[in-house]
Amino acid sequence: MVEPILEVRNVTKMFGSIIALNNVSCRVYPGEVTCLLGDNGAGKSTLIKILCGVHQPTEGEYYFEGKKVTLNSPREALSMGIATVYQDLSLIPLMPVWRNFFLGAEPEKRLGPFKWYDVAFAKRTVREEMAKMGIDIRDPDQPVGTMSGGERQSIAISRAVYFGAKVLILDEPTAALGVKQAGIVLHYIVQAKRRGLGVIFITHNPNHAYPVGDHFIILRRGRVLGDYRKEEITQQELINLMAGGEDLVKLQEELAALLEEEED
Amino acid sequence: MAMTSASQADERMAQVGWVRGLFRRVEIGAMIGAIVIWLFFALIAPENWISLTGIARILDPASTLGIMAIAVGLLMIGGEFDLSTGVMVGTTGLVAGLLSTRAGWPLWSAILAALVFALLVGYLNGIMVIKTGLPSFIVTLATFFVLRGANVGVTRLVTEQVYVGGIDKTVGFESARAFFNRGIFFLGVEWRSSILWWIALTILASWVLLRTKYGSWIFAVGGDAEAARKVGVPAARVKIGLFMTTAAAAWLVGTMNIVRLRSAVASQGIGQEFVYIIAATIGGCLLTGGYGSVVGASIGAVIFGMAQVGIVFAGWDTDWFYSFLGVMLLVAVLVNNYTRKRATEMTVAAAKARTEE
Repeated sequence: MVEPILEVRNVTKMFGSIIALNNVSCRVYPGEVTCLLGDNGAGKSTLIKILCGVHQPTEGEYYFEGKKVTLNSPREALSMGIATVYQDLSLIPLMPVWRNFFLGAEPEKRLGPFKWYDVAFAKRTVREEMAKMGIDIRDPDQPVGTMSGGERQSIAISRAVYFGAKVLILDEPTAALGVKQAGIVLHYIVQAKRRGLGVIFITHNPNHAYPVGDHFIILRRGRVLGDYRKEEITQQELINLMAGGEDLVKLQEELAALLEEEED
Repeated sequence: MAMTSASQADERMAQVGWVRGLFRRVEIGAMIGAIVIWLFFALIAPENWISLTGIARILDPASTLGIMAIAVGLLMIGGEFDLSTGVMVGTTGLVAGLLSTRAGWPLWSAILAALVFALLVGYLNGIMVIKTGLPSFIVTLATFFVLRGANVGVTRLVTEQVYVGGIDKTVGFESARAFFNRGIFFLGVEWRSSILWWIALTILASWVLLRTKYGSWIFAVGGDAEAARKVGVPAARVKIGLFMTTAAAAWLVGTMNIVRLRSAVASQGIGQEFVYIIAATIGGCLLTGGYGSVVGASIGAVIFGMAQVGIVFAGWDTDWFYSFLGVMLLVAVLVNNYTRKRATEMTVAAAKARTEE
């Protein structure tokens, strides 16, 4: 039995009198994609913020590699190997790919007291790392802002992998993308999983989650609505659960009624 | 936008040639501008212009302006403005001048005290911008007015004039003058030693910007400070450091002025802050931050030097200097944008827009 690399138990988060998360538990295993699904306001972002160290839970416990931990900042989480790729990607559009890739962790050469940026190493490494992800960067000097959405996502992901992430938290990486670009990103999620990372994939799109996920946690109104392994659930069931099952049926009926009215 | 595929990007890449490589240089607009203006005055006043004397005359104002433009350019790349730079040139000169002539300090000590004072003001500018979240334009405008008032107020209080004279009679004047700003005869022409300072600082600053991690951090905090912070760049420290750099540059130029003129004037430097910003802008620094070049800013300073000296050589009334500058600024920036657009095929503005898709 493989131990979970990351686990939270009975986590509750209050903001004043508002209960954002209520008694949520989840486990993330290495080499697996754990999908966190939920509609807007389900508590997804609160949970990620706890996982990556931005918020501290009001109640509950956080375990990383079997040890109980308290994360006080995203930096602390990062140093342990929990990397988060935010929706905005934390990439600087005007800067070239290689500068972005190594931003905040620049490789340096040194001669006596003098240190300088090892530009050749940075450019070569970016090209290599991106090639591993299946992207051919011919010109590392290309500003990131001139690249497509999927390519930018892949830079952010390969950056996290290169810097030794054990857990990769992806916050809605496919939300702003078209079908083809989203496909590219899903491809990298599988790549990261194959390299043994525990991937947490946050999305509200079950069609993106199902093909890559090993494990699905559905959040709703701050609670865990369901926690399934892939073999326990079909794509359609997942979609129904996500939309709130009966709510979806009700919505369909309402819309059908509305259409009939118009026809009359 | 999201549908643009990798293969399309590759097709564009195939067209890269050395011409585009050249035109991708940030400084290209300033370079073309400098050449055009040099040719312009070479046609109007060739006898003085095309000579070593002419070049030495141009580089004299360009050097001090260039030192400021470098620092202001770095700050602009870091996404901030400093409107207190011009007046700070005067303030640092006055601090050193008053301490040496009135308080009897040796000039070197007075100059170092002025440096400490400048760094402090730069630090305050930076910390206020960071802590209040106000635009640096406003914060440093306040600093500008405070210093402008204090320059005249304190000077008048102490000397009953708006001028501090007799700096050449202080202890250590000769060595300070030799160190900061003297005339050097070379090839039969007198060159200011400030030119050497300027060239050295251009090389140093360009190296820092392009070849150290601090350079990446400067680009990053100007491009997107929040994103930079998230990946671990100490954005506040970088910005405060940049404000201190502009203040230190103002100190250097202020010191160069007083050892050359042997006096300090309370109104020194006022109005120059825009000249520095314009020089950096001509050199390719974006007003919105995150993009620019130190070498470009220095070339921008050369353009100013040429305009200042060229108008005299051409025998025009110097009243027209600023009008001429205005036209040049517009032309240079348009040339800048045009070449950049053509060369990179995607403007910087478009790059920014794309991330907002």
